Amino acid sequence: MSALLGSAPSLVPAATTVGNPAINIGIFALFVVVTLAIVIRASRNNRSAAEYYAGGRAFTGRQNGIAIAGDYLSAASFLGIAGAIAINGYDGFLYSIGFLVAWLVALLLVAELLRNVGKYTMADVLSFRLRQRPVRIAAAISTLVVSFFYLLAQMAGAGGLVALLLGIEGAVGQRLVIVVVGILMIFYVIFGGMKGTTWVQIIKAVLLIIGAAIMTFWVLAKFGLSLSTLLGDATTASQDAGGKDLLQPGLQYKNPVDFISLSMALVLGTAGLPHVLMRFYTVPTSREARRSVVWAIWLIGIFYIFTLILGFGAADLVGAAAIKAAPGGVNSAAPLLAFELGGEILLGIISAVAFATILAVVAGLTITASASLSHDIYNTVVKKGTATPEEEVKVARIAALVLGAIAIIGGIFALGQNIAFLVALAFAIAASANLPTILYSLFWKRFNTRGALWSIYGGLISAITLIIFSPVVSGKPIDPLTKKSPSMLQGVDFHWFPLDNPGIISIPLGFVLGYIGTVTSREYNAAKYAEMEVRSLTGHGAETATHH
Amino acid sequence: MSKEAPERVVDDPNVAMQNSPEFDQLRSKFRRFVFPLTALFLAWYFLYVLLSVFAKDFMGTRVLGNITWGLILGLLQFVSTFTITMVYARWADRVFDPEAEALAQKMGVTK
Repeated sequence: MSALLGSAPSLVPAATTVGNPAINIGIFALFVVVTLAIVIRASRNNRSAAEYYAGGRAFTGRQNGIAIAGDYLSAASFLGIAGAIAINGYDGFLYSIGFLVAWLVALLLVAELLRNVGKYTMADVLSFRLRQRPVRIAAAISTLVVSFFYLLAQMAGAGGLVALLLGIEGAVGQRLVIVVVGILMIFYVIFGGMKGTTWVQIIKAVLLIIGAAIMTFWVLAKFGLSLSTLLGDATTASQDAGGKDLLQPGLQYKNPVDFISLSMALVLGTAGLPHVLMRFYTVPTSREARRSVVWAIWLIGIFYIFTLILGFGAADLVGAAAIKAAPGGVNSAAPLLAFELGGEILLGIISAVAFATILAVVAGLTITASASLSHDIYNTVVKKGTATPEEEVKVARIAALVLGAIAIIGGIFALGQNIAFLVALAFAIAASANLPTILYSLFWKRFNTRGALWSIYGGLISAITLIIFSPVVSGKPIDPLTKKSPSMLQGVDFHWFPLDNPGIISIPLGFVLGYIGTVTSREYNAAKYAEMEVRSLTGHGAETATHH
Repeated sequence: MSKEAPERVVDDPNVAMQNSPEFDQLRSKFRRFVFPLTALFLAWYFLYVLLSVFAKDFMGTRVLGNITWGLILGLLQFVSTFTITMVYARWADRVFDPEAEALAQKMGVTK
């Protein structure tokens, strides 16, 4: 979650791996075999578009809620937040609060209305009452960009973790792992469609939450079930090692404006993430969509409370120095804690869960991006809405293959990049380009095509531009410890934007541009707006589940 | 299609429903519940964020053993999120859904 990722001054002598790679690989292989079997079973009924994109809309709210948790609790949340808490204490905890509170935006304003209005993609909702072609193209571009940055982060994380977990060292081994992850993901998505992907996410979420729960209670038991004792010991351990008081705010985020900017992106980004939105189409009704979010909020919230304990547990039992020195850097706090608690077996389980996490999340992202390419670009823009569902699904599968290949190449290229930067960028773009249009579309009568285009492109371009010229890409001073700049590029400095996260500028800009674009255009489709609003609130005319 | 007022699309069942007093009531009921709640949780979240960056000493003060104000307020963010989730789900299941379904039924008949 920080610049420390990938930098590994070798404090750990000779052997940089902990645990037994054979056990780690064995447990992971078991997960792959079980999920592949389920995916193959699920693939029997994947011919229709509703089956392929939305799992036939036949999942229950509880199943979908667990799958959402599986989709959302990515490697960045599990490994990244636990690590950030272990190193930066309270500031790491702040991250998880933004990620959780964000779900209320989805629950109250977006999930149910979107489920009623749309069919397969985010663009279905955005283009419903506007001019189809331009809005769909814009929404599809934004979907692809957000999903791609998120995907890159996961792939880069997969490669980085391997060094620690499987004992595979060197660039070649890490690249090989990215290729294996990519091929598995392509297989899940092409054969399993949304149904297969959902089951992979459900299994992964259950494993992840149980694994974290076991570790949490194990840690608490070591401290006499007292949170206060744990916090006290962890801060003492950190201070003894020359660190600061972990309970004080400000260890990670020095610049207040930067932190406010990040907080905005976190809390407003979730309800604009296309791969999260697409999950709401997998349930039969808006009531089940609501139930999904309720389940997701409970699971995600409880999980983040676990990461708080795990982070402080790692700070005390493993120690910041050992975490930073490990091959995976900050991201290795949770696996190292598992090894400390339960030896090779627990480390093997947690490692396998971490890989399962990456696989499940990348599969969800790939199906979202491929659905958008096929349903929004191919069918609506290229074929002008005349493609048959069979053709659409065929194109989506080809798109998944191509996107998977690009993700593998991009993942190899992004190896060693800062995961948090890529994920925060995805959240900032989602909050700037997608959320304003979604909210305006659902709640503002006057909203029109120009407003949507200005908001989507304005949010997208401003967020990306500000990131390119931010200190994340170039110009951070060289860290005396690692002898490298924490920026993406070394040795150059072309930054002029002072903040790491563009949210505080690009999110309001997305809203303002949507407003100005709308009021300067006179387009208004009364009949489509009526259809959309009646449908969003009453569910009349909404897509129903497919029956066999 | 009625010939009297084609541009007002009065014959469109969706437009008719959208302009009906029942629908108006459903919409304002939804917005009156959801908008203030959204404003509330966003204000509370940003208050917490601002305290964390501008009132560091207060947030770092230990209150119960080693538990600080920052942690207490942070955990209260979890509590408020869970509470709002339950309150909304209960309201939507009991109050909103029956009324929305009644209107959907009506649309089904008019169609």
